[in-house]
Amino acid sequence: MERKRKRTAVDWAVDSVLYIAFGLFTIACIFPFYYIFINTISDNNLVTTGRITLIPIGLHLENYKNVLKLNTIPPAAFVSLARTIIGTVFIVFVASFPAYAFTRPEYWHRKFWYRFVVITMYFSAGIIPIFLTYKTLHIYNTFLVYILPGVVTPFNLILCKTYIESLPQSLEESAEIDGAGYMQRYLKIILPLSKPILATIAVFSAVGQWNNFMDTVLYIRDKSLFTLQYVLYQYLNQANAIAEIMREDPTAMAQHGLSTLLTPLTVQYTICIVTILPVLLIYPFFQRFFVKGIMIGAVKG
Amino acid sequence: MKRDKKNNLLPRRTNAREKAGFRLFLLTTPILIGVFIFSYVPLLGWIYAFFDYKPGIPVFESQFVKLKWFLMPFNNSVLRDQFLRVMKNTLGINVLYLLAMMLPMIFAVLLMEIRSVKYRKFIQTFTTIPNFISWVLAYSAFFSLLSNEGLINNLLQQWGVLKTPINFLADTSHMWLKMLGYHLWKGLGWGAIIYISAISSIDAEVYEAADIDGAGRLAKIKHVTIPFLIPTFFVLLVLQIGNIVNNGIDQYMVFSNAMNQDYIEVLDLYVYNNGLKLGNISYATAIGMWKSVISLVMVFGANKISKKVRGSSIF
Repeated sequence: MERKRKRTAVDWAVDSVLYIAFGLFTIACIFPFYYIFINTISDNNLVTTGRITLIPIGLHLENYKNVLKLNTIPPAAFVSLARTIIGTVFIVFVASFPAYAFTRPEYWHRKFWYRFVVITMYFSAGIIPIFLTYKTLHIYNTFLVYILPGVVTPFNLILCKTYIESLPQSLEESAEIDGAGYMQRYLKIILPLSKPILATIAVFSAVGQWNNFMDTVLYIRDKSLFTLQYVLYQYLNQANAIAEIMREDPTAMAQHGLSTLLTPLTVQYTICIVTILPVLLIYPFFQRFFVKGIMIGAVKG
Repeated sequence: MKRDKKNNLLPRRTNAREKAGFRLFLLTTPILIGVFIFSYVPLLGWIYAFFDYKPGIPVFESQFVKLKWFLMPFNNSVLRDQFLRVMKNTLGINVLYLLAMMLPMIFAVLLMEIRSVKYRKFIQTFTTIPNFISWVLAYSAFFSLLSNEGLINNLLQQWGVLKTPINFLADTSHMWLKMLGYHLWKGLGWGAIIYISAISSIDAEVYEAADIDGAGRLAKIKHVTIPFLIPTFFVLLVLQIGNIVNNGIDQYMVFSNAMNQDYIEVLDLYVYNNGLKLGNISYATAIGMWKSVISLVMVFGANKISKKVRGSSIF
């Protein structure tokens, strides 16, 4: 339909402005990460003196080797990975099973229990009461605090329920007539059919789990339970912490020449890239789910 | 249950259905108990706001002080100043966010004006990335550009514009605007997606009809696209108004430092700092309750207004 009209000078001007403005914003969105990345693989002397601007100079991967040798990083990466995998599996199961149950009209006092769950979206006891509750429940300062509180998310439940309701009913009915119990029907019919919505929820939960750092700030004191996000946060905040780690782990300093020596700045940059990488790696995969997920999300509960 | 009985002519079958329904309920009880423990039980913690609680002493052995902590921000002049400053920050930043709510819509409308589908997809892909990155990482990114040793200071010094570096992250001028800037960098592309999917669902015939009527680009945007997006915009606006006292805590915590603390300490951060850093559990709980009450009132108020003004509510 655009071909019908002749493009005027104004059209050209507007288009060029749009192309350039969007281009600049897009660059602004990715450039910081590119900049951090080239700093991690460049000569550390040049990085410290601020000579690296657009292209990496003096390529090397020593920073990555050294950072992985720091005694804080591998355990933190393990905790981050564990909470992401375990948390996501739980969230997906716990969103889908009750969602299925709530679609069944014979569910005992269905309306009441559905509201009982959904209404929790609109209130929260607040940071302090929650903190004290976790202490009383003895999940404070344990790995469980990463998994249990986030397991039931009413929003995911609503998404799932809306989706299951849109599935053809006849399939489940025929299974019911064949004598299949709830669990069988859920596992054999509902789960396979709701793959798209489950994938959406899984991807968003995984990113959420990986990125969450407030729960470590609030509920974790034990160093062995720190996540990558939190370790990075510490590095950003406490230049001292870095000096300390250098003291703790002098081998990293002694073994290498000056150009690959860890500096506070390069440590921080390298951890940043290590932390960001998993998200960027699954990004192309989950980008497909965006629009679908959002459109389902726009359907109100 | 009663309705089921009325509609069903076979009482026996109803009984079986009821039993099945109860069995299904039992299957979900662990989850319901989980909801109860993690969403309802913490509400009991509100009693801490009514006592002079000191960590270590059981709450019921502490002194019952009625509403002392709730009235604290009104009675004690030091706390009043703090509270007013925090409220000013909270509302100030949120009002800026409210004003900026049109931007994702404008972003989407303008993006759809880009003819090359490839370029459009490219922009969409890369402007959504920051949304999937934690605030800690976002802060890292800004740190690499804006800190004393950051790229911008380095370049400005090399070019001789600056003699001494400016630490943009500690510098307190335009703090709220900067927070808005970071917020937009992270969320603008993502926020536009919902409008983009709405625009692509507009019937092509409507645009063709507009073409035949001789509508230009601007006229089509003004008379077709924008009116179509307004309902979505209002739903999001109502939700955002309901959240006027909720900022979340991540962004403000990672960006706060000794210098800018006074300008970006929002309610959530204030509660955290008072309760968990300074140990004023009772006071922090009371402030948290004030916050919960205000936001509940705001959510339902905004919803009511939307019902009156537009005839539709969001829940």
